Amino acid sequence: MTVTMVFFVAIVSIALWWLLQQNLMAKPWLQEGASAGDRGAGTLPFPAAKVGLWAFLAVVSSLFALLIGAYLMRMGFADWRSLQLPRLLWLNTGALFAASVALQGAQVAARRREIDAVRARLLAGGIFGLAFAAGQLWAWRELTAAGDLVATNPANSFFYLITGLHGLHVFGGLVALGAIADKAWRSFVVDDVRLSVEMCATYWHFLLVMWVILYALLMGGADDLGAICRQLIG
Amino acid sequence: MVDVTHGAEAIPAAEVPDVDLYHPHSWVEKYVFSQDAKIIAIQYSVTALAIGFVALVLSWLMRLQLGFPGTFSFIDAPHYYQFITMHGMIMVVYLLTALFLGGFGNYLIPLMLGARDMVFPFVNMLSYWVYLIAVLVLTASFFVPGGPTGAGWTLYPPQAILTGTPGHEWGIILMLLSLIIFIIGFTMGGLNYVVTVLQGRARGMTLMRMPLTVWGIFTATVLALLAFPALFVACVMMLLDRTLGTSFFMPAVVEMGQQLQYRGGSPILFQHLFWFFGHPEVYIVALPAFGIVSDLISTHARRHIFGYRMMVWAIVAIGALSFVVWAHHMYVSGMNPYFGFFFATTTLIIAVPTAIKVYNWVLTLWRADIHLNVPMLFAIGFIVTFVNGGLTGLFLGNVVVDVPLSGTMFVVAHFHMVMGVAPIMVILGGIYHWYPKISGRMLNEALGKIHFWITFIGAYAIFFPIHYLGLLGVPRRYHELGDAAFIPPSVHTLNAFVTIAALVVGFAQIVFLYNLIWSLFKGERAPSNPWRATTLEWQTPETPPGHGNWGKDLPVVYRWAYDYSVPGAKEDFIPQNQPPAVIQA
Repeated sequence: MTVTMVFFVAIVSIALWWLLQQNLMAKPWLQEGASAGDRGAGTLPFPAAKVGLWAFLAVVSSLFALLIGAYLMRMGFADWRSLQLPRLLWLNTGALFAASVALQGAQVAARRREIDAVRARLLAGGIFGLAFAAGQLWAWRELTAAGDLVATNPANSFFYLITGLHGLHVFGGLVALGAIADKAWRSFVVDDVRLSVEMCATYWHFLLVMWVILYALLMGGADDLGAICRQLIG
Repeated sequence: MVDVTHGAEAIPAAEVPDVDLYHPHSWVEKYVFSQDAKIIAIQYSVTALAIGFVALVLSWLMRLQLGFPGTFSFIDAPHYYQFITMHGMIMVVYLLTALFLGGFGNYLIPLMLGARDMVFPFVNMLSYWVYLIAVLVLTASFFVPGGPTGAGWTLYPPQAILTGTPGHEWGIILMLLSLIIFIIGFTMGGLNYVVTVLQGRARGMTLMRMPLTVWGIFTATVLALLAFPALFVACVMMLLDRTLGTSFFMPAVVEMGQQLQYRGGSPILFQHLFWFFGHPEVYIVALPAFGIVSDLISTHARRHIFGYRMMVWAIVAIGALSFVVWAHHMYVSGMNPYFGFFFATTTLIIAVPTAIKVYNWVLTLWRADIHLNVPMLFAIGFIVTFVNGGLTGLFLGNVVVDVPLSGTMFVVAHFHMVMGVAPIMVILGGIYHWYPKISGRMLNEALGKIHFWITFIGAYAIFFPIHYLGLLGVPRRYHELGDAAFIPPSVHTLNAFVTIAALVVGFAQIVFLYNLIWSLFKGERAPSNPWRATTLEWQTPETPPGHGNWGKDLPVVYRWAYDYSVPGAKEDFIPQNQPPAVIQA
């Protein structure tokens, strides 16, 4: 559970750090009147939707941090036997990386107000994202064909659970990407979709980072490096 | 004393344009699939109270069996365990969490902060409907073959999914599914509450001017958003264990002479995940209660809350600490003694900010102009009950005391006092307090007082004796005590007494329900600010507040929420949106 605790200490520290910026030492009973600087723009200088997205990502991170904690705890047992991961996963990782790059491109294009480039890059991002999802399913198929079913051994169970939960979030990302692409095709004013494109890119970057961490973790079980890491953090 | 140089003219124009509200086009969009936080709040509250009454009836059935064992033949051991499980889970998750955050949170956050609505109204609507599905899935488990699960509300594996436990066929699957759905729905609502507090406040509403109710609900929501994923992960993993035969939590088990296919899983892992959610859950329920009770006391004692800053810091400190105490629920599961020492220490440290809050409530009441109306009675009832439950918590937080007591009724009495009766007191007080704003009618005061006294004295009649049963060693979770030598006959008499008290308290809630419904149609019309309160929800142009809450212009906030009995002011309260110049005129 060390990893989980580190995550929670980090997130609670961020929250407390933010709170400390908020003038918690104020004595509200002495301070009457509207403050001239306060123009009702919210606590954070972002649109509410972005704050909502970041809060959501914190919740999802908490989910995966707990899952990683559980995984490392189970790995420490004597009977742990790791799973030989399909090589296809490298290719999938590449696809997810490409999706992330394409969406970053879309974000840049949206800032430059080039609607055609936004559309093309959203499309590319969608295709790479779909390729990742399909690749993950194909990896599941390869494993099941080789007799590595979900209940065959603990490493398998965790592999399917972790990739499955990550996959569900990818699926959600694809749905959102589809909706935004649809909006981009119907709208001729870039500013209408700019916020959506930026948020979509943020979400897919998050999916990529989360996948890289999870993939490293799943691979880490296979070699000595993993054992050393476990000793260090477990 | 008061700086009057800031007139209304000095206020800069709003930087953010007023929000475009979603406007309903039909009756269904206005009252059923509504995106208005006030309607959603009522939907949440009614659903939570309805399922809560089911849990109340379940507690009667348990008490009937304990008080008069063998009299009711349909309450056999499996049914008894099913009643325990469903009672616990419904009360903790589907009633308290949903009512405090989904009910009070939805109603009060936008109104108290001077917003028109939540920031994501559509997601907010989805949140309620997903919650309703979770409740329906849970309710469905009463009607499936084998009935609901009887695994205990903690659902500990391996017994939760083995054939000896009632409801292992479908009950446990529906329970896990329902929790997963609940968490998804809650996350939708929770993101709304947090982001609304961060980004949706009216001009002038700095964080340190927010009413403590909002602080409590806000902090509790942050806790819930971070802690519910632990339950989510645990439920998904156990669901896979049950349906696909994985061994996340299941060790090798021999059942009825048969070696099951499970091997190598860790039940302790489940306990860690469960309590990593489970302990913050206590504060998810307690922090909104702390906040609401602070506002009730301040308003009805006509006095500013004592130590506002300290109250805010204490809420935040309790929230942060609640993540590092979870293993005190696992002392009897066996652990490294240093771990036990660590968790006992953190547990006892939580008593410090909690005690600060209690002192501040008492000091707020000290020499105040206390109006003993129904909300105030419930608020005082909360303080008493909470202190009582908190003190037994100090006993149980110590490993050496907990180990012998943890299997007894003492624990039952402790957590019902601190987490059952105390928050319910606040919920009831809150309903009496805000009902005039929600419905536009006053509740009947006499019926309210009858309701309060029966509930308060009755709750003590139920739970106070149970402490003594626990100290005598009467075990919890037992369907029938039988003829154990260490149990004196007086235990049985006391059990019968407790059962009768429970029935009376349960029936007294009918008075409350009757009052709610009767007053809705026949109650005295409520003025817009019957309690002469300072917070923004009482300053709306209409009562009940209309769609968009504030009419044409959003309110501007000039002061904190507790300007009661300010010397030199015309009235004994100054609303938060009252410009400074007006008071002195």
